[in-house]
Amino acid sequence: MKFYTLSFLLVVTLIGNIARAQDDLLSLVGEDKPKKERIKYAFKSPRVINAHSMEFLNPGTMDFRILHRFGQLDQGYKNFFGLDQASMRMSFDFGLLHNLMTGIGRSTFKKEVDAFIKYAPIRQSKGPWSSPVTVALVSGITMDGLPWADPTRQNYFTSRLGFYNQVIIGRKFSEGFTLQVTPTMVHKNLVQLATDANDIYAIGVGGRLKMSKRIAFTWDYTHVLAGLPETGYFNPLSFGLDIETGGHVFQLHISNATGMNERAFITETTGQWGKGQVRFGFNLSRTFQLKKPKLD
Amino acid sequence: MKKVVLAFLLFTGTVLTSHAQKFFTKTGRIDFNATAPSSPEKIEAVNRTVTCVMDAASGNIQFAVLIKGFTFERALMQEHFNENYLESDKFPKAEFKGLIANNASVNYTKDGTYPVTVKGKLTIHGETKDAEASGKLQVQGGKITATAGFTVLLSDYKVAIPGVVADKVNKNATIDVACTLEPLKG
Repeated sequence: MKFYTLSFLLVVTLIGNIARAQDDLLSLVGEDKPKKERIKYAFKSPRVINAHSMEFLNPGTMDFRILHRFGQLDQGYKNFFGLDQASMRMSFDFGLLHNLMTGIGRSTFKKEVDAFIKYAPIRQSKGPWSSPVTVALVSGITMDGLPWADPTRQNYFTSRLGFYNQVIIGRKFSEGFTLQVTPTMVHKNLVQLATDANDIYAIGVGGRLKMSKRIAFTWDYTHVLAGLPETGYFNPLSFGLDIETGGHVFQLHISNATGMNERAFITETTGQWGKGQVRFGFNLSRTFQLKKPKLD
Repeated sequence: MKKVVLAFLLFTGTVLTSHAQKFFTKTGRIDFNATAPSSPEKIEAVNRTVTCVMDAASGNIQFAVLIKGFTFERALMQEHFNENYLESDKFPKAEFKGLIANNASVNYTKDGTYPVTVKGKLTIHGETKDAEASGKLQVQGGKITATAGFTVLLSDYKVAIPGVVADKVNKNATIDVACTLEPLKG
């Protein structure tokens, strides 16, 4: 009888050993502690449409961008709904760190060169010590290249310059939805009339709604709070589609703005949505990897 | 008689326990490659934080890897890999749980290189499929270097390849695993 008991115990021991061997082995080494993880890909591109987005270029990459803004749609067939005219901007943006990028561009409108630097002291993340939002600072400069309007008077180089500073506070709420708010200040060294203000204050709202893995609906609105004349100027509002193919992002949109830098689109938008003074435009973005990480 | 059986039982238990030696690493490496023959650019990535645990007694072998831990040469490719293909926010991990089919032919106490076949379940992108790979175990000085190469059909794991990149992304990806395992204490 005892023999059977012992045999039984033996079998149990054996089975026990086998059973243990089939346990979840990975759980034996334990899970790593949760780490702080940045929330990425809030936008497909570092620009919503016109405005800077809360997203940054990857470090070591260059984004070559070609922007086109066509004529007003209400010009009808004689100007092929505005497509006969085009204003463009070409730019090179560089990702330096995960939260630092810079760029330079030139627009045909006013032959203007612009450059900016964008830095995020706080980026949206999850895990311990995380932040629910990204806070990014942008500082830019613009320089127009037109001949002097009045060559007879004393003209200063600094009269060509304009500046802008903005804070981007943005959050990727979910995989499909991102929203950001951007208080902005634009300063123009030279304004047209003595009564015009040099400082223009505005607040922008931009967002993205993903429609599929590679297509997203975007919008970008800037509300000018102070600094612009009462009449003649309107707040830029754009609606767009981001389409991502392998190495390109196409941003197709309609907007009442023609300008392609902050000084131009915030302070010089004269088109009015209500009157159909909107235009078609696109941003084409191609990213190049300049610095490659070592894989071996 | 009773004492003999008891002794035998104790002996068996001891032997089984000593043989139930487990090995592990948290710094294993996986090389991923999905470059199509016609592709002008390499679609490959490396992950150096593979967790792998092996039980020498039973031949059980399991490994897990974080999708976000894969590094590509081109950051944009890495972005697409995470966002569009593997959806790493939804499916952060890939793992394999399997068995060394010919575990009996491996002598874990003797240095040498042993060809092995592993069979088991591979989970990628939330999809679990049967997978098999041939590889080898190199036993040296109490450590085991395990290497194996898997070939997976991406569509099996519901990883969709859009038409525009069909000439670049191979339908079959290779997953090469290399882990240097150390004895697991405790």
